[in-house]
Amino acid sequence: MTPIYKKGGASMNNVMAIINNALDESFLDKLTGHRSLASVPFGARYRLIDFPLSNLVNSGITNVGLLLQTKYRSLMDHIGFGKAWDLDRKRNGLFILPPAHIYQANRAYKGDLQNFASNIDYIKRSTQEYVIIDSPNVVANIDYRDAFKYHLENENDITIIYRELNVFRRDTTYTVINTDDNDRIIDMKVNPKKNYYKKISMQKYIMKKDLLLDIIDDCISKGEWDFIKNAIIGNLDNLKIYGYPFHSYAAVINSINGYYKSNLELLKPTVWQDLFLKNGPIYTKPKDEAPTAYKNGVNAKNILTANGCLIKGEVKNSVLFRGVKIHPGATIKNSIIMQKSVIGANAYLENVILDKGVQITADKSLKGDTNLPMIISKNTIV
Amino acid sequence: MPKEEMIAMLLAGGKGTRLGVLTRNIAKPAVPFGAEYRLIDFPLSNCSNSGITTVGVLTQYKPLILNSYIGSGSSWDLDRHNGGVTVLPPYVKEGGGSWYKGTADAIYQNIEFIDIHDPEYVLVLSGDHIYKMDYSEMLNYHKNKNADVTIGVLEVPWEETHRFGIMNTNQDQKIIEFQEKPKNAKNNLASMGIYIFNWEYLKKYLKAEAEANDDSAGDFGHDIIPQMMADQLNFYAFTFKDYWKDVGTVESYWQAHMDLLGENPELDLQDRNWIIYSVNPNRPPQYLSEDAVVDNSMINKGTQIMGTVKNSVLFFGVKVARNAVVENSVILPNTRISSGAKIKNSIVGRNVIIEKDSQIGIENEDQDLKITVIGDDEVIPEASNIKAGMVVG
Repeated sequence: MTPIYKKGGASMNNVMAIINNALDESFLDKLTGHRSLASVPFGARYRLIDFPLSNLVNSGITNVGLLLQTKYRSLMDHIGFGKAWDLDRKRNGLFILPPAHIYQANRAYKGDLQNFASNIDYIKRSTQEYVIIDSPNVVANIDYRDAFKYHLENENDITIIYRELNVFRRDTTYTVINTDDNDRIIDMKVNPKKNYYKKISMQKYIMKKDLLLDIIDDCISKGEWDFIKNAIIGNLDNLKIYGYPFHSYAAVINSINGYYKSNLELLKPTVWQDLFLKNGPIYTKPKDEAPTAYKNGVNAKNILTANGCLIKGEVKNSVLFRGVKIHPGATIKNSIIMQKSVIGANAYLENVILDKGVQITADKSLKGDTNLPMIISKNTIV
Repeated sequence: MPKEEMIAMLLAGGKGTRLGVLTRNIAKPAVPFGAEYRLIDFPLSNCSNSGITTVGVLTQYKPLILNSYIGSGSSWDLDRHNGGVTVLPPYVKEGGGSWYKGTADAIYQNIEFIDIHDPEYVLVLSGDHIYKMDYSEMLNYHKNKNADVTIGVLEVPWEETHRFGIMNTNQDQKIIEFQEKPKNAKNNLASMGIYIFNWEYLKKYLKAEAEANDDSAGDFGHDIIPQMMADQLNFYAFTFKDYWKDVGTVESYWQAHMDLLGENPELDLQDRNWIIYSVNPNRPPQYLSEDAVVDNSMINKGTQIMGTVKNSVLFFGVKVARNAVVENSVILPNTRISSGAKIKNSIVGRNVIIEKDSQIGIENEDQDLKITVIGDDEVIPEASNIKAGMVVG
């Protein structure tokens, strides 16, 4: 992608990125039963990975590595050669970094630094001087050039992008940070039960590539294998680690409740505009679905819809992914309906998340709770 | 390059004069259609779905948007090492150059291109018809009949035969006579402008026509086909039974959009077995607000609907503000309709701004249906009244 022009924006020619998919994803329960966190559908037509990946290319980064851990078939299918992000290049482009260590069958998995170590050659061989370590589960539209400029001007060793939250979601934990008046990070805790600080890490780290290589070497040599806890928190005292505040919309997907609420939150025009109309566009794999058809007698209000849907019933306060069919007399409220699900005539759904290809037969009624939506697994027939 | 069985030559140079302001800046095949597509997506997708991987696109009138739209052909899976899509504008040769005088002349001037691919058969298509057709079935038919030329035809109502080129056939579907726009038609099979030729014969006739007659219009219907008929070549008619529409006029363009609506539209664009591909601009999902009222409409991504939309087709990026009403209309990409505006039986071009409380196509002196057209990039000032049947732009 040609980077979105930004007057006075820092040049990113010297920056590469690694998206760390070796994260704990069990909190999304059934939604990550057969796919990785990165490929969880989000926002009617996207997968979570689309947000960091689009942000990176819109900022002018052309060398992106994807660290993989488990269940990455659907992610590979989605990303392909990176064409949708213009990352199918002769020079640089998209690099798939598989978990080579899994072939050491009799040794237990130690942590995500193992994924970095397995692919150390890629990191060494890349010609860029700086690296952004990114996460797949943060939904935002960020221009990294601002943070990178700050990183250079303030001569930081590591810059961490953070956002201040006034309200924490129920059942959701975050990596929280505390800063001094100059935004130097003085404390950082991973998923504490108690809410110590209001600033949450957006899991985006900027540093020199050589520093990353040194830290990886240092940690592993001491038997430490966790990127955040060891490589970052372990160095808060020795390195100049500063925070860069992000003020626009951002959602860290860290729980089912958060996933559900963040999807429905997109229905607020301010959130919708922040995410889709600011900075650059969010790219995704094109599917060439036909436009959505609303038939006679539909009642559709406050919804976000992808293409290829056929809507004949009533839908309110919901997010519909591609190719969803809603038969006459069906009612859907406060729900997330993923690709190619079919809702039978006169069915009733409220506070429900349907994974891909779910069929709800006629007259069925399903209701979850506002804070605990009912999740129906992929391809289930109800 | 390896020999190919059949390549397609797509005639995309037409101006589409009868579409008026809709083709002011673009060739007719680049005219937007069906909320998402351009007309040329239909023949290109048909080629791709039929397994035809070499397509020459003959351009002439205002080709800029069409050229950039086609690009590498990757949108239709037609970016190939051998063949793929090649845009073929007129060019200068040793003896000078000239514009394409007609449909056959366009093919004649590109004999060199076709010979590179060395096909057995050449499929000639128009870039401005709406239909889904498997050309491989037509080729099988052509081979089974041992035909020299096969023409795609469809049955039209008898009272409309005077508008078409009519094929008179025998019981075996062999064409025995060709009547161009006849007053008294003997048959109701109309040419769809789709031909399969044995390349060897076509090349011979194209060369003969060009050499014999400098003033020739170089047209298939007027020059080449009558000559081939006179020479008793084997002509067969391949009857097409599905939806086909020539969107040559403002009325038929509007009607073809209305045909997409209703319970069971004849042309099913959502059929995943015959996908109509497009350049598919990346846009956010469509948003319907709390106040939106949507009924019997086809709406593309990137739209924001806060008002009322009924029996209409909305392209990507269209914004309908609160208390605006759009009925029986076609709204082209990125057009903004402000609050209180009312639009009925209209075609509104791209990037149009309709300001508050304007009325478009509402006031109608008699009860006849009259289509109102607003051209691209127009700004309709606050509280304007554009009467039914008017054209702005």
